[in-house]
Amino acid sequence: MERLASSRRGFVNFLLGTGFGAMAVWMLYPVIRYLIPPTSGEPTIASVTVPWKPAEIKANSGKIFKFGGQPGILVKTPAGELRAFSAVCTHLNCTVQHREEKQDIWCACHNGIYDLNGKNVSGPPPRPLEPYKVNVKGDQIVVSRGA
Amino acid sequence: MRQAPASLLRNVFGQVTAWVDERVDLSGLRELIRHKVVPVHRHTFWYYFGGMTLFLFVIQVCTGILLLLYYRPSAEGAFESVQFIMTEVQFGWLIRSIHSWSANLLIATLMIHLFSVYFLRAYRKPRELTWVTGMLLFGLALTFGFSGYLLPWNTLAYFATKVGTDVAGQVPLVGHFMTRLLRGGDDVTGATLSRFYGIHVAILPLFTTAILGLHLFLVQKQGMSVPPEIERSGHPIPTMPFVPNFLLRDLVGWLSALAVLGALAAYFPWELGVKADPFAPAPAGIRPEWYFMYMFQTLKYLPAKIGPIDGEIVGVLGFGLGGLFLLLVPFLDRKTARGEKSPLFFWIGVGIVTYIVVLSVLGYVAPGGR
Repeated sequence: MERLASSRRGFVNFLLGTGFGAMAVWMLYPVIRYLIPPTSGEPTIASVTVPWKPAEIKANSGKIFKFGGQPGILVKTPAGELRAFSAVCTHLNCTVQHREEKQDIWCACHNGIYDLNGKNVSGPPPRPLEPYKVNVKGDQIVVSRGA
Repeated sequence: MRQAPASLLRNVFGQVTAWVDERVDLSGLRELIRHKVVPVHRHTFWYYFGGMTLFLFVIQVCTGILLLLYYRPSAEGAFESVQFIMTEVQFGWLIRSIHSWSANLLIATLMIHLFSVYFLRAYRKPRELTWVTGMLLFGLALTFGFSGYLLPWNTLAYFATKVGTDVAGQVPLVGHFMTRLLRGGDDVTGATLSRFYGIHVAILPLFTTAILGLHLFLVQKQGMSVPPEIERSGHPIPTMPFVPNFLLRDLVGWLSALAVLGALAAYFPWELGVKADPFAPAPAGIRPEWYFMYMFQTLKYLPAKIGPIDGEIVGVLGFGLGGLFLLLVPFLDRKTARGEKSPLFFWIGVGIVTYIVVLSVLGYVAPGGR
């Protein structure tokens, strides 16, 4: 009689335990999915027209522009050539800037240095900056992905 | 007759206590208060830092709740709302400055508490769980600091958060997922701010209250630890009653902390800086809060590649292992657990403190800007 009772109790406990366990999973699943942010619906931008005319940019200078949701950097070399790169430092995501006096591209966060070809030359950055293609059409500068 | 108000108050208090006592037996609490003692020896001084940290935490809760009344967690409104608190709201500058300064002092007293417990070997049996809960609280405090730093939405905070969340992205396998989870998307945006706000004012307080409760319960249950060297000396250790002797001394410390806070907030109001602009370069001289400085400086010194691995991954793994070591130290330090001397763990502790101090100082004095 006792064995029967204990096995019955065991069975009920098993039902209760698995029931509550399943309920916990059933409740947690939507919460965990909720925490993961949805991927943004924004299309990846292929090219942008920067808000400056070629003549407005002086040699040996650099400007940050919006490339979709990301910053890009447009650099005019001392020789007068226009180049564009992603302005996102390949080290830890900071935004880089052009330094006139050293003629390089510099990230202030961890002192990462790139040359004017976007190549990482000193400091912690592991890769060159992503290069963009620059086209001058009349007095418009169009920067596009895939140089 | 002149003492009437005081004795009246005492009378009322006595009656209320008696009323409560009749319904819920208070004898246990009375016994605890009567019997709780603190050992007196030459290291008793270090016992004050836990209570000091707790006091600063209470200040954080109070000022934090006050800031909530005006703060708006959005990329468009956050900076302006903090500006409003600082300039328009009466004593807003004081509340916000105290919140920021107290956060920094709290981390400082917490570090002193942590390392004094480490060097006095108070983590040894039976207090392993007290140590582990304390380390978890330390992690929570750093997360509080990191998440709260972004809330004013200024340039420094914006880039600190970019870097900090990208560091999480260096963790092998789950890194990218972690970064997205923390940022609420691929980039640091208003979504990140909402998330950090929720973490800062709801999730962290919830966990902190629970773990702090357990930590304090364990401290009550087990009493204060006496350093092994003093235990080994074999002399009887004198004690002092917690109520009122130690508590009154604690109170002196808390009042001093309050005075320091008031002075710092009044003479050095916390700056607000410039509103974050996702399309401006990181400003020269950018750096994190002082308690992250040693990590920041390490990341600066690590080369791009160490062998086949990216430098920053080595850094992140190194700090992760360091934290894990501290978390598990009661279980690793077998000699102290056996009641023997344990010079190795002493020197490891000295190494960790030296590393943190040297790299932090370098962070402030070493060249590396333009």
